[in-house]
Amino acid sequence: MLSINADRKLTMSKAITEAIAQEMEQDERVFVLGEDVGIYGGIFSSTAGLLEKFGPERVIDTPISETGFIGAALGAAMEGMRPIAELMFVDFFGVCMDQIYNHIAKNTYFAGGHMKVPLVLMTATGGGYNDAGQHSQSLWGTFAHLPGLKVVVPSTPYDAKGLMTQAIRDDNPVLFMFHKGLMGLGWMTLVKDATGHVPEEAYAIPFGQADVKREGTDVTIVSVSMGVYHALEAARELEREGISAEVIDLRTLVPLDREAVVRSVKKTHRLLVVDEDYLSYGMSGEIAATVAERAFDYLDAPVRRLAVPDVPIPFARPLEQFVLPDAPKIVAAVKELLNS
Amino acid sequence: MGIPKERLLQMYRDMVVIRHYEEIMAQTYLEGKQPVFNIAAGTVPGEMHLAAGQEPVAVGVCAHLRKEDAVAGTHRPHHFAIAKGVDLKRMTAEIFGKVTGLGQGKGGHMHLFDPDVHFGCSGIIAAGIPQAVGAALAFRQQKSDKVAVTFFGEGAANQGAFHEGLNLAALWRLPVIFVVEDNDYAISVPKQKSTAVASNADRAAGYGIPGVYVGENDLLAVYEAAGEAVARARRGEGPTLLEVKTDRLFGHFQGDAELYRPKGEVERLRAKDPIARFRTYLIERELAPETEITDTEQQARQSVAEAFAFARESAYPAPEEALKHVFVETTSDRRGRHAVN
Repeated sequence: MLSINADRKLTMSKAITEAIAQEMEQDERVFVLGEDVGIYGGIFSSTAGLLEKFGPERVIDTPISETGFIGAALGAAMEGMRPIAELMFVDFFGVCMDQIYNHIAKNTYFAGGHMKVPLVLMTATGGGYNDAGQHSQSLWGTFAHLPGLKVVVPSTPYDAKGLMTQAIRDDNPVLFMFHKGLMGLGWMTLVKDATGHVPEEAYAIPFGQADVKREGTDVTIVSVSMGVYHALEAARELEREGISAEVIDLRTLVPLDREAVVRSVKKTHRLLVVDEDYLSYGMSGEIAATVAERAFDYLDAPVRRLAVPDVPIPFARPLEQFVLPDAPKIVAAVKELLNS
Repeated sequence: MGIPKERLLQMYRDMVVIRHYEEIMAQTYLEGKQPVFNIAAGTVPGEMHLAAGQEPVAVGVCAHLRKEDAVAGTHRPHHFAIAKGVDLKRMTAEIFGKVTGLGQGKGGHMHLFDPDVHFGCSGIIAAGIPQAVGAALAFRQQKSDKVAVTFFGEGAANQGAFHEGLNLAALWRLPVIFVVEDNDYAISVPKQKSTAVASNADRAAGYGIPGVYVGENDLLAVYEAAGEAVARARRGEGPTLLEVKTDRLFGHFQGDAELYRPKGEVERLRAKDPIARFRTYLIERELAPETEITDTEQQARQSVAEAFAFARESAYPAPEEALKHVFVETTSDRRGRHAVN
């Protein structure tokens, strides 16, 4: 039974650390390693308090040596441990990608399924705070493209806890991608509604189940992570103008709940995909293709996509705001979609 | 040195198995690739990196290992896979791409995984190094005295993963033995043109750990140095970097024209063959009668023949099997508390 105390509200960072702590209490094979995960508590507070609770043997500060410690996480996972390795910014994957996509993602397959790699790779994504092109990317499409990794992109504290619990219990490698702007950090612009109800007890949310955040009849807006908040804000605005938008949060990209998208589009007949990742060859294209394959005859208008227009994330405020999706851009795109 | 005779003979047997295995593989690999060489054709398709000549390093190190100790290897993996005790039949079937293979035909010769003997390898240079460090971290967290060994070529010692792995293992005093197989060539580039120091063992000083160089491709010298390194790791005293001079008798891969080799080099290397040297040693020191050695050689050949026969007779996987095993279907058995303590 989950607690029904709806007043228990947590930030996403607290929800994540609570999930990790509960699984570490339950299973001594679970441990955390990464840069600044110890006394600092994770640059984005994703491991805050764990060192005090579990000590330096199980919450291990590593050198700035991602190939070393992410490769080590794989080696430990292959020998029966269940590591959670933090890659501080997803943008840093370039220094250790071989361990991730050639080994973590492929060893189970090479072994014909005879070897498990129970490993969580946790990383920070997203921009909107003027950190420029090497610290602001989303990149979930890149990892979802490569076979062998499950990809989790939560938008709420409730989902973050349940999906992290599921990630730790999964016997496969899971990339857990939180958005810096949704962690509830005092040093970033706080997103209203991003702090939310989280039950105290441990619970797991199965992967591959999208969440319909808001029902609607005129258009389906599909997104993940920060994009879900922009979509909900836009939906409220559109409602004032008599337009009913359905908002779907995919929650995981691998596995992907294609059926939820298809079901919704069959009802609304229009699709807008909102993605903070790059436009081409990514999540927005994958969702659009799914609808083209499975619900083409139901579409009353061509699919629309709103994503970063294939440029690096720029630094200056007006430049960055121009390329990132937001509610006004979604409202405008939906209106165009309805008028086409 | 006081090595039991049974162990000496076992090591001789393992070296003979490896050599014979690689020679049979070289012949088998050519089936269907003559007169025109096509890498995708024949009984054994794909790249083929053979390790004949490198037997001493594999056998001399693995003789100290238990089944539970981990080995992370390279794209040239047959010799230490055999020395570690990987199932020869299933390994051969994997190299043939058969459904009875270690990975049911999904990995091939550069991706052999046998969890029963804690063996894995990779086609990416130096990638196994941090993974061995992680295995050693797991062993310490499990409060065991197991050790992890990673084999890699002298060319890999110029990769970032080598330096990151050494630093982590030294920093955390983990039970890892880093074994550099110096066969002098990173494909075609000789060590002196790629590496600023003559001995990679010297690089251990940069991480405050012991570095040992073993020359001469000599089994007993490797055995002694590796014994020290493994014992040290089991005692919890941390990692050792061991570089072994060894000789690659074949090309980088089969089909390599080896234009980079000085004329007569392979003949010179074959003239100081480490297996023949060890055979002479066993006989001259009266450590084993020649009849027993001959029997051992016969048994070794027999086991190789059986493995190849098993691979030949096995079926190919059904094509749609390609879609399976990207993920396992299980979740945690939730037995963690008991598993570690």
